[in-house]
Amino acid sequence: MIVEGLLYTKQHEWAKVEGNIVTVGITDYAQMLLGEIIFVELPAIGTEVVSDGEMAVVESTKAASDIFAPVTGKVVSVNSTLEAEPELINKDCYSTGWICKIEMADDASLESLLNAEQYKQHVKDSEQK
Amino acid sequence: MPFISNTSEQQAQMLAELGLTKEDLFADIPEELLCEDFKLPAGLSEQRVRDSLAELAEKNSTHLTCFLGGGFYDHFIPAAVNAIVSRSEFYTAYTPYQPELSQGILQAIYEYQSVICRLTEMEVANASLYDGGTALYEAMMMARRITGRNKIIIDDSVNPIYRVMIHSYTRNLKIEFEESQCRDGLVDRQQILDRLDDKTSAVILQNPNFFGCIDDFSDIAAAAHDKGALLIVSCYPISLGILKTPGAMGADIVTGEGQSLGLPLSFGGPYLGLMAAKKQYVRKMPGRIAGETTDASGRRAYVLTLQAREQHIRRDKATSNICSNEALCALTALVYLSLLGKEGLRETSQVCADKASYAYKRLTAMPGVQPHFRGKWFFNEFVLDLPCEAADVIGKLIERGFAAGFPLSRYYSGMENSILICVTEKRTKHEIGMLAEALESVL
Repeated sequence: MIVEGLLYTKQHEWAKVEGNIVTVGITDYAQMLLGEIIFVELPAIGTEVVSDGEMAVVESTKAASDIFAPVTGKVVSVNSTLEAEPELINKDCYSTGWICKIEMADDASLESLLNAEQYKQHVKDSEQK
Repeated sequence: MPFISNTSEQQAQMLAELGLTKEDLFADIPEELLCEDFKLPAGLSEQRVRDSLAELAEKNSTHLTCFLGGGFYDHFIPAAVNAIVSRSEFYTAYTPYQPELSQGILQAIYEYQSVICRLTEMEVANASLYDGGTALYEAMMMARRITGRNKIIIDDSVNPIYRVMIHSYTRNLKIEFEESQCRDGLVDRQQILDRLDDKTSAVILQNPNFFGCIDDFSDIAAAAHDKGALLIVSCYPISLGILKTPGAMGADIVTGEGQSLGLPLSFGGPYLGLMAAKKQYVRKMPGRIAGETTDASGRRAYVLTLQAREQHIRRDKATSNICSNEALCALTALVYLSLLGKEGLRETSQVCADKASYAYKRLTAMPGVQPHFRGKWFFNEFVLDLPCEAADVIGKLIERGFAAGFPLSRYYSGMENSILICVTEKRTKHEIGMLAEALESVL
């Protein structure tokens, strides 16, 4: 499932832009590949992140996957509910399964993100490989 | 006799199928490293080999009455320990990553972890590491991961062998080490406080320390936590039968050498690295961790858990390159502690302390022999000053049948006349008396 109105990265993160605050999570495709998520290592509030840089870690029973920042900026909020309920990412990855919010330094990094159509294509291409 | 089971005909067939020659298989190896011939001597018969090894073994001193400590101890090992541990189901069990096949060993590892937690009064323990020294190194790396900081304060009363190991492991890493000097046999608080800042990752201490002296690090734990740093304590497990535990002091990570828990000295190993920590740090712990869960039918089952920390999953971001443990040695420690029980361990610990106290009085009563640290509590080791070089005296006492102690000058300058003597529950009043007499005769 791919949601309109969000931006996407090639590493299967979604970004919801509201002013200069960007909410980040992982896509349905990513959570499906990972399997049952058992732990999320959230970044500390105040952490400076760069576009495409490592920001968080999501652990399932079979893998530990790095989550990359879609934009450059500072982490201003994290979804601490994920500490007790990491499975929210599997159940509701675009809404209650959000991971963190970044305050963008500037919106230059938005240009390299994909829209829903482009992401859909990217997923199709990945599946064919 | 070749050890590869393929015949040369089979090898030729395989090479033909692949369209390769034998030389092609080694093409990636630099020319200068390839050799035609390893110039090995002719093979020996089984009898010749046994005789040759026996000759080498004869060079070891296995008959000396042991007053040597320094991190590795001559404790009594009940016969039941070996009888249980040498059962073939345990002895040959290796890596239990497939839990369906390995419930026995996994349960044993889980129980071992539980026992280590109780012993140290910490919340989680791993399935063991290689030895006390590498465990201390791993604890240090763990603290760096947890705090994100790079400065380590380590006291010189921590086992010098472990400090050498830590430096060997980290030679090519840019870690800021600050070594504090102990004063009168105990950690100098002022030196620690002077060095503690918000760049400090951890303070590394040992109890009892290398000189045998006992301390309470609760104040240092508090000071470290105040600055966002961790306290790592290396411990002597037998001493925990009567001493305040590192957990009770507020330590964040506890390590130790488990050799004294039913493992023989064996000229250096195999030994047993203990590690325990606060629960909040479990995901940053290295090594294997056994966990208890239920299977699909709801029955209790054991697995290796939190594997995403380990290098076969997390690769370069793993908590360590170790994804192994000292399974048989850990099992030995579990069996030893189970046989002794809480009371047995407490008694053993008390007897060690009592006998050491007796030996201390007996030896310091001799003219020319002085305690090095006055008025300091010790567990079962103490430092004596002799009127001449300790290394010489030790050499002479070996000839008289005693491993009399450790020459501190090996690692500490200015302590040429000082000897570290250890007494365990195995030493008798008679042996202590004989040591005193022998010492008197060589001084």
